[in-house]
Amino acid sequence: MKIKQIMKILEAEAIGAQRDNLDIKTGCGSDLMSDVLVFTRPGSMLLTGLTSRQVIYTASTAGVEAICFVRGKKPPEETIKLAEEKKIALMITNLPMFESCGRLYDKGLVGCSELAGASEK
Amino acid sequence: MKRKTWLFGTSGSTGKTKGRTRRPPRIQKTAKTQKTQQLSYELKIKEAMSKKVLTLKPNRTMMDVRKVLKDHRFTGIPIVESGRLVGIVSIEDLINCLTAGSMETMVKDIMTTKVVTLFSDEPLIHAINKFGSHGFGRFPVLDRDSKKLMGIITKQDIIECLLSTLQSLYHARESKKGNRYQVARLFADVPSDWTTLILKYHVKGGDFGKAGEKSDQLKGNLLKLGYADEQIRRLIISALEAEMNLVIFTSGGDMIAQIEPDKMTVKVIDDGPGIPDIELAMQPGYSTAPDFVRELGFGAGMGLPNIKNCTDEMKLESWPGKGTNLEFSVYS
Repeated sequence: MKIKQIMKILEAEAIGAQRDNLDIKTGCGSDLMSDVLVFTRPGSMLLTGLTSRQVIYTASTAGVEAICFVRGKKPPEETIKLAEEKKIALMITNLPMFESCGRLYDKGLVGCSELAGASEK
Repeated sequence: MKRKTWLFGTSGSTGKTKGRTRRPPRIQKTAKTQKTQQLSYELKIKEAMSKKVLTLKPNRTMMDVRKVLKDHRFTGIPIVESGRLVGIVSIEDLINCLTAGSMETMVKDIMTTKVVTLFSDEPLIHAINKFGSHGFGRFPVLDRDSKKLMGIITKQDIIECLLSTLQSLYHARESKKGNRYQVARLFADVPSDWTTLILKYHVKGGDFGKAGEKSDQLKGNLLKLGYADEQIRRLIISALEAEMNLVIFTSGGDMIAQIEPDKMTVKVIDDGPGIPDIELAMQPGYSTAPDFVRELGFGAGMGLPNIKNCTDEMKLESWPGKGTNLEFSVYS
């Protein structure tokens, strides 16, 4: 699913550099960074309520290409800067986590129900 | 009597080869030959042929043929008039004339006029097949419209063309990787019984602002060293979990990455509180992290199980009150 479409579904606003044509394959919603590391696949999108720099490090490590901050949480400048450095697209939606995930899932964005490393070993 | 076909080739194509190979060569469809086979369909004959061709006019004598063949060590020469190929004279024709003592004969009376040719816009596979079915050493190449002689193609030309194309494809793929070194090459350049590269990182305990930086730095280095993305991913997920553990639970510790061509190992050493019950700590969801850590999104009790899932080897030793040694590896 293209980022542009995702932004429309979530009524989200982009932060920093736009990457409209980025293609997102799977989605993951979590406020637990370890879960993100375990449950995401490269090429996915993360929905989270956390805005610290660790979110970007975690996303970058897990191969997450885009992050949507839910509940209208605006990340601090240092987080935005790090995301730009790691070429991770950022957006904010006012929707809460459950509804954000539900809308995307409903429109066909699948989850990453696969343990990290499980398929690669 | 004039021969109907001409033998005009490299060392292998004497009369013996004539008619020996009737079947076109079959290229076996293995993974290794697939690319070459694909190329032989994609490449055109004009890309492989030699464009510089020595020719003679039909009104020259066999003495002239002898000189050209001798000087250039050719085994045959195309006969051309006003840019058009009219025939071919081979070294066998020359030997026949020598034997008969008719070296003053004009080329046009000796030459073979039915010449097997190729067009410059045909795919290379046509040339390969023709070499197989005719047993000749080379074919003149004509322009399809003007029928003018454009070049000449030998088996050697085909091999050279395929090799250089494969090489440039390889280079194109290598340079796509950006400024990555090839770690295997680096190690091959400094031979020893055992070579390794050690990258040491110190992680400060309690410094949540910078937590994750060291793993990120290690990731950048591994990318530069040319490891595969998936292996880096598995190692760095583990390194990030281990780094967070150092930040959350200890007053600081070292992460030592040991790089070998076929294996990446990270040793995480701290002198923190230790893990009283390793079996319990390995259970997904078990955590002793304080609430403020959970608010940061960590401390969910997935760290150690996550490391175990992502790595090919994991060793955990801990001494309560003294510290913890964790070691994990990913094979490449």
